[in-house]
Amino acid sequence: MTDTPEKQVSEDNSGPLAQRGGVAHTRRENNLGFYGWVSEIPASYGLFAFALLLLPAVVSSFVLSQIFSWALILGMIALSLMFLGGYGGMVSLSQMSVAGMAGYMLAILGNSAITDISIGWPWWLAVPVAIVIATIFCTLTGLLAVRTEGIYTIMITLAIAAAFFYFTRQNYVLFNGFSGFNGLAPPQLFGINWKSSVPFYYLTLFWAAAAYLAVLYVSRAPFGLALQGVRDNSRRMAALGFNVTAHRVAAFTFAGVIAAIGGILLVWLNGQISPGTIAINPAIDILIIAIVGGLRRPIGPFVGALIYVILRTFSLDILTSMGLAGERFQLLIGLVFLIIVYWSPDGVLGLWDRWRERARQRDPWKRSSNELSDRDELS
Amino acid sequence: MTSVADRLQAAGTANALELRGVSKLFGALAAISDVTLTVKPGERRAVLGSNGAGKTTLFNCITGDFLPTTGTIRLFGEDVTDFPAYERIRRGLRRTYQISLLFNALSVVDNIYLACRGVSRGRFSLLRPRTNDALMNSAVDLATAVHLLDFKDTLVSSLSYGQQRQLEIALALAGAPRFVLLDEPAAGLSPSERSELIEILNNLPSHIGYIIIEHDMDVALRVSESVTMMHNGLIFKEGSPLEIESDPEVQELYLGSGHE
Repeated sequence: MTDTPEKQVSEDNSGPLAQRGGVAHTRRENNLGFYGWVSEIPASYGLFAFALLLLPAVVSSFVLSQIFSWALILGMIALSLMFLGGYGGMVSLSQMSVAGMAGYMLAILGNSAITDISIGWPWWLAVPVAIVIATIFCTLTGLLAVRTEGIYTIMITLAIAAAFFYFTRQNYVLFNGFSGFNGLAPPQLFGINWKSSVPFYYLTLFWAAAAYLAVLYVSRAPFGLALQGVRDNSRRMAALGFNVTAHRVAAFTFAGVIAAIGGILLVWLNGQISPGTIAINPAIDILIIAIVGGLRRPIGPFVGALIYVILRTFSLDILTSMGLAGERFQLLIGLVFLIIVYWSPDGVLGLWDRWRERARQRDPWKRSSNELSDRDELS
Repeated sequence: MTSVADRLQAAGTANALELRGVSKLFGALAAISDVTLTVKPGERRAVLGSNGAGKTTLFNCITGDFLPTTGTIRLFGEDVTDFPAYERIRRGLRRTYQISLLFNALSVVDNIYLACRGVSRGRFSLLRPRTNDALMNSAVDLATAVHLLDFKDTLVSSLSYGQQRQLEIALALAGAPRFVLLDEPAAGLSPSERSELIEILNNLPSHIGYIIIEHDMDVALRVSESVTMMHNGLIFKEGSPLEIESDPEVQELYLGSGHE
């Protein structure tokens, strides 16, 4: 659309002052290069990753699928919210709907127990198409939402989540109404039953790690940097030549892919999808997970998801063992979240950062260590 | 949008900036009214005027931060009146802000890198810059030029006020600027920082023109070859620095009657 002037401009990017400066190019050593960026991941994460890989040898299959696989999937969906909220400054409550859209599309296009509706495409066709449709859905949500700011973005995305929930509940032709779809399962591939807990755990671990690394990588790529620029100062971004609206919409597209992959895994884990999966409560749970974990770094949503899933699974046992009524489990979950957010508005990550900072202050040898390494881990 | 042929024809003869009857109303208040202004390519002009004279509003209309109520704005011959800000910037317009608008959570070099990226392709690139990335190198060069090389990895939020003002200028010089709007770049700077600023402006390549809003007459008259006086949203007087300085009406209004 703007061919001629832009070409001229991009021809010489060294700027007028470059010739004058006469200083040899000082290269940024860290964070650059295609492989150097892995150094941003703290070394302790290597141990952590190793532990995650060995996990199936230690824990029961119930804990593996109902705690860890579930936490990884919810963490991915919350990660898509973290990307929008943390880097883009746009809090979206419709990320669970995007995941649900992917799940529903997989059920409709692929195989399920509801043979009247399901078309029966093979998985290698149904899965990509479902992800594409869900990503388009997320992009359209973004197109509506980016016209607004702050609390209005939350309201618009909440309205979209509510509308999609009621639509799936009342539409029987396509979404099979109240009962939804069951009999969904991951395909048999390479002679492995991917539904059994250990292979499925590794499947979710792979995709969760891929999503985490993708977000970490993109956060320092031009697209991610510009998104943070839009978050900090959208007016200045426009005055630097960025189309702020297009950038925000593209962020929704990127987040949509992550949420959609999470949605596919979610229906494979549960074996079913119904309006209850994408109701207002689960949509808000995703926000809670992201906030409790922390919106500042992509690891936060996974921490939040693990806390959430553990509480969801064991609060009933804890309550009954204390002689209280088991149906009050939501109260316990709510209390724990209240405590975390009260003590640390930026979630568990914020608590961790402050604890580390205090430990560093106590250690006289590390007190003067430079700010640089600290900042890179934070970004 | 004008055709390529139109643009080519205009390129040789066009003024850098041409405002015709530009007004901006905020409700009943006319921040600027019927401003007609022509600036030639490479011209360096100072805009003077008391607070509320409409200088910053004029800048906001030119960059497209908001649209004028009436009038047309031409940039290098092209009618950009209805263009969003980013389209004007991509055509070689730049500006600095009176109150620094920076990205506080990012480092100095990342701020400049964003400015370089904004006027080139690959704004949506998902790939990180490579070790010898041209834009990253030019960002480092710009940091050098505004004396911020030692602070290139410092977060903007921990820079001093003067350093933030220098970074403002670096952002406005990214890419290949053709015309720069400087909104009180010297405000709050120390005398030595001021002379550094004057040096940077006087050393700009001659094809880069600018308009500078400046209250400090010493700075304004040393970096400009023509002066526009504004008063109450109107253009009050135009002329060379000498003419303006010696104009009795200007002295009365702006410099104060005690000025010799």
